[in-house]
Amino acid sequence: MLIELFLNEEKVQADIRPDMMLLDFLRSRGLKSMKRGCDTGNCGLCTVWVDGKPVLSCGVPAARVQGAHITTLEGVQAEAEEFSRFLAEEGADQCGFCSPGLIMNVLALKKENPHPTEAEMKEYLAGNLCRCTGYQAQYRALVKYFGIEEVQQG
Amino acid sequence: MGETRFVGKGIVKKDAEALLSGKPVYTDDLAPDNCLIIKLLRSPHAHAIIEEIRTDAAKKVPGVEAVFTYQDVPQKRFTEAGQTFPEPSPDDRLILDQRVRYVGDPVAIVAGKDEACVNRALRMIKVKYQVLDPILDFTKALDNPIIIHPEDNYVAKEGKGTDPKRNLCASQSRGEGDVDEVLSHCDYVVEEVYHTKAVNQAMMEPFGAFAMKDIYGRLKITSSTQIPFHVRRIVARALNISKSRVRVVKPRIGGGFGAKQTAVCEVYPAFVTYMTGKPSKIIFTREECFVHGSPRHEMQMSVRIGADKNGKIRAIDLHTLSNTGAFGEHGPTTVDLSGTKSISLYRDLDAFRFSSDVVYTNVLSAGAYRGYGATQGIFAVESAVNELAHKMQMDPSVLREKNIVHEGDRLMNYYGQTTESCALDRCIAKVKEMIDWDKKYPYVKTGPHTVRAVGMALSMQSSGINNCDVGSVQIKLNDDGFYTLMIGCSDMGTGCDTILAQMAADCLGCEYDNIIVRGVDTDQSPYDSGSYASSTTYVTGMAVVKACEQMKSRICEEAAPLMGLAPNEVEFDGALISEKKDPEHFMELADLVTSLQAGSGKIITAAASNTSNVSPPPFMAGAAEVEIDLETGKVTPIDYAAVVDCGTVINSNLARVQTEGGLVQGIGMALYEDIQYTEKGKLKNRNFISYKIPTRLDMGRVRVDFESSYEKTGPFGAKSIGEVVINTPSPAIADAVYNGTGLRFRTLPITSEQVFMGLHKK
Repeated sequence: MLIELFLNEEKVQADIRPDMMLLDFLRSRGLKSMKRGCDTGNCGLCTVWVDGKPVLSCGVPAARVQGAHITTLEGVQAEAEEFSRFLAEEGADQCGFCSPGLIMNVLALKKENPHPTEAEMKEYLAGNLCRCTGYQAQYRALVKYFGIEEVQQG
Repeated sequence: MGETRFVGKGIVKKDAEALLSGKPVYTDDLAPDNCLIIKLLRSPHAHAIIEEIRTDAAKKVPGVEAVFTYQDVPQKRFTEAGQTFPEPSPDDRLILDQRVRYVGDPVAIVAGKDEACVNRALRMIKVKYQVLDPILDFTKALDNPIIIHPEDNYVAKEGKGTDPKRNLCASQSRGEGDVDEVLSHCDYVVEEVYHTKAVNQAMMEPFGAFAMKDIYGRLKITSSTQIPFHVRRIVARALNISKSRVRVVKPRIGGGFGAKQTAVCEVYPAFVTYMTGKPSKIIFTREECFVHGSPRHEMQMSVRIGADKNGKIRAIDLHTLSNTGAFGEHGPTTVDLSGTKSISLYRDLDAFRFSSDVVYTNVLSAGAYRGYGATQGIFAVESAVNELAHKMQMDPSVLREKNIVHEGDRLMNYYGQTTESCALDRCIAKVKEMIDWDKKYPYVKTGPHTVRAVGMALSMQSSGINNCDVGSVQIKLNDDGFYTLMIGCSDMGTGCDTILAQMAADCLGCEYDNIIVRGVDTDQSPYDSGSYASSTTYVTGMAVVKACEQMKSRICEEAAPLMGLAPNEVEFDGALISEKKDPEHFMELADLVTSLQAGSGKIITAAASNTSNVSPPPFMAGAAEVEIDLETGKVTPIDYAAVVDCGTVINSNLARVQTEGGLVQGIGMALYEDIQYTEKGKLKNRNFISYKIPTRLDMGRVRVDFESSYEKTGPFGAKSIGEVVINTPSPAIADAVYNGTGLRFRTLPITSEQVFMGLHKK
């Protein structure tokens, strides 16, 4: 089937299988930042934006984003730079496999709620799994990025 | 240690920018579009013989390139474990076998142009099984009439006590003194059985590899692996071809934690490409990572520990029964750490005994998971030490202070080694201060039905395997005076490319950015046994130090004649080669390279390999604070304090993140990660819904500090960090739960449901 959509603001048309998921569609277009880390919508690694809202691209049929604006990490490099730098300065990138999904969700949170509390922030990002860092280094980067006063010492 | 500009600092990882901007650097990102897609038909039975398998219809599905069964594969048994030669695991598997030994064991390989046609073909393969009784309870495996490996071409390795006719993958016993006699004279003895399960590494990047023929017709395999050189060996053996026909390339890795120290998926694309000549790839789904992964060995540990009335621990007796599953990967070796890294925390024992049996069962093969047996053994022995303290009505931290190893002590069960670098006493002191132990032990009431309780445990690991693991590096001096550092160890997100570059920059006196690190390609990289056994910082790091020393001498050797001097008359400071007696007489490094590049016939390279005759253990102390709701049984991690002695910290950020990450994996093992099977042997936990790893809401706060000793055999005084950090949470949390509730849990995980049941039974 034919679909038409905007990929990082570029208008594209494609002929896809009706059962193709957005994640596979994006990767087939050479956008590889989003990853498949699970089969069940649990890990957050495939997070991209559909019309500015974060979604798990593994669970969205490509056919459903007809006409939509899809944004991936490749399309927001400048916007992502500041938070990425905080992550790098903490060594919080580690293997890096979960980073693109996390970054997309963090940028979405920033737009939705520029000054989240610590609890709001953790809640919002709870679906972004990471097995390397134990989240603590990510937390330090997030605290700096959002300018949250560290409630927890240490 | 002299002044360092980079070692000890929180230098940003070499690959940070690429990773954080989402560049295509992982295996599946790099696979060519024309790869055949490979999928595996898997056994629905835990134990069966394939009586008949029909693939004709499957082969006719449009787009399907090949369907392979046990009838098509080489008959030389191999192991997928990747350990330093000689590989200790038995050669007990084939690429496909007529006998299937666990639910999920591959029965057929299908390769085709896309997933849809391959999935269709999988459904059209008809298999007739003769279903056999399985062994699912590992305590009943030894000498069971059901034999899991009856085959004649099974290859056991020397000295491992292997007897496949008894379902025995390995067996050993050792000790000192008469443990029964000493225990009979102890004033206090604890005798208990502890049980840990086959938890999954759950690295974010699933297993995956792709293969193609290179321009010389050789097999080139790109794999998400910790062990590129062992993958070359494993694939060559499995296919029964020469190693010279195989090349393995490691791109960026999305985490490993030991999972990728077993080549669980590489043989499939290797075989398909070998047979078809076409590029092929296999990327496991998350479900496949569970059903066909390489989890931690399930272990049952029987501990007897005794002390005199003054709190002197006199004897430890540990027997470990380890479940290696259907195949023996890492079976003979993981079990060893359950005894070496636990008993050796305590000094001057009058006697100890450590015996073990590793048995085959009809569940998936276990493998390596960070901690590698030490995690299991430390849960058992540290829990027993806590129980002993309670029995004596002594603070467990005090019992430890009386008995732990100190610098210069012989390690009881550690190959006769003594520890020349040990700050364990300082680790305990600091961790008590961090968690406010003296005020909070055993618990503080925080509400009408909630308490906060604390618990403690110690841990040690190795730094590589002595007289065995090998790290090698080559350094090449290039134009302008920048260096290429070629290494054979695998950065899997841990940051070894970065820390080795930090060391090289300090050794060579150059800028960090002047060191270019090359990832592993077995055709180009110097041999390295791989990134496992906590070896990279210590073993490969020392190879860097040696190679840099050589490089500096080589630079002086080549520069001196051009300056009209002898090599011993010049010195090199990283930028200039100058005459010792007349520093104004110098040559710039870049000019040296330029002059050598024209008409000299000289090149400056250095290569060094390193192995160590000791394996200095890193140590740590961990203390957990948990909140327990005495009505609902809910256990909430509040705070985890950990103090690590990894010798000199090479990268302060990365060492901290390693520790935090290891602790949270340990918290997951202690509280959440619960492997379960159906009564027919089917794994129930096949995704992140039923296998719960901690999210950022489940781990409380984790705080890490360092108490460094100085290890003189290590680079810049460093020991290892990667594994020691996972071991303390299980025993510390188990004791915190006891301190808060009076309930003792000896099986992991300690779920809130079990606490609830326990509280109500009480």
